[in-house]
Amino acid sequence: MASKRILLICRKAPYGNALARAAADMALAAGAFDQELAIAFIGDGVWQTIDQQDSTDIQQKNHQKLLSAFELYGISESYVEAEALTERQIEPSRLSLAAKPVNQQQLSELFEQADMLLTV
Amino acid sequence: MEMIVDQQTILLDKEGFLKDLSQWNPQVAEQLANNEGIALSDDHWEIIDLLQQFYREFELSPAMRPLVKYVGQQLGDDKGKSIYLLALFPGSPAKFAAKIAGLPKPDNCL
Repeated sequence: MASKRILLICRKAPYGNALARAAADMALAAGAFDQELAIAFIGDGVWQTIDQQDSTDIQQKNHQKLLSAFELYGISESYVEAEALTERQIEPSRLSLAAKPVNQQQLSELFEQADMLLTV
Repeated sequence: MEMIVDQQTILLDKEGFLKDLSQWNPQVAEQLANNEGIALSDDHWEIIDLLQQFYREFELSPAMRPLVKYVGQQLGDDKGKSIYLLALFPGSPAKFAAKIAGLPKPDNCL
């Protein structure tokens, strides 16, 4: 059976609740079991992808470090919403992840192509 | 569950992982390995050191597949094979090596 193409959509900021962490754990689990998974950061989810995160003072694990494990887990396809970066004045050069900026039109096409959408 | 190492009481969970990760030291590792029937050689220590490096880098205990890949990247393709890791840590290398290295149990581990 051909594996389903999963698109994981991350809409939450990296800290403040456990949802960003849960989504990343889901991605890593899919990677560990060799599932085909792409990940898209949209809206406030783009905050997950920026560099120089320091979570020491809130005693949380560093989300940037977690995302940097994606490559080892075979997750190489990731996208960020270009409009969300612009609205938040985040320069694409600040992304810690090799994520591809795509506009909302291109995102809709990615949604269409996926067999399964997971939104966190 | 608990074990005594060097007159110190070390608390373990029901699967034998350290409850307090800060209690890890090389003597504790020897005893944890002993519990799994493994006598630690230099080859074992090389993997244990690498796992601790992985944990510092990603704040995560690796599942088997990424562990194999990471070992391959860091120590060369000869060692980056599941059969090599299975020979050192029979049964479930990602789980047993994480346990002996004093890391949390890997999440995505059967």
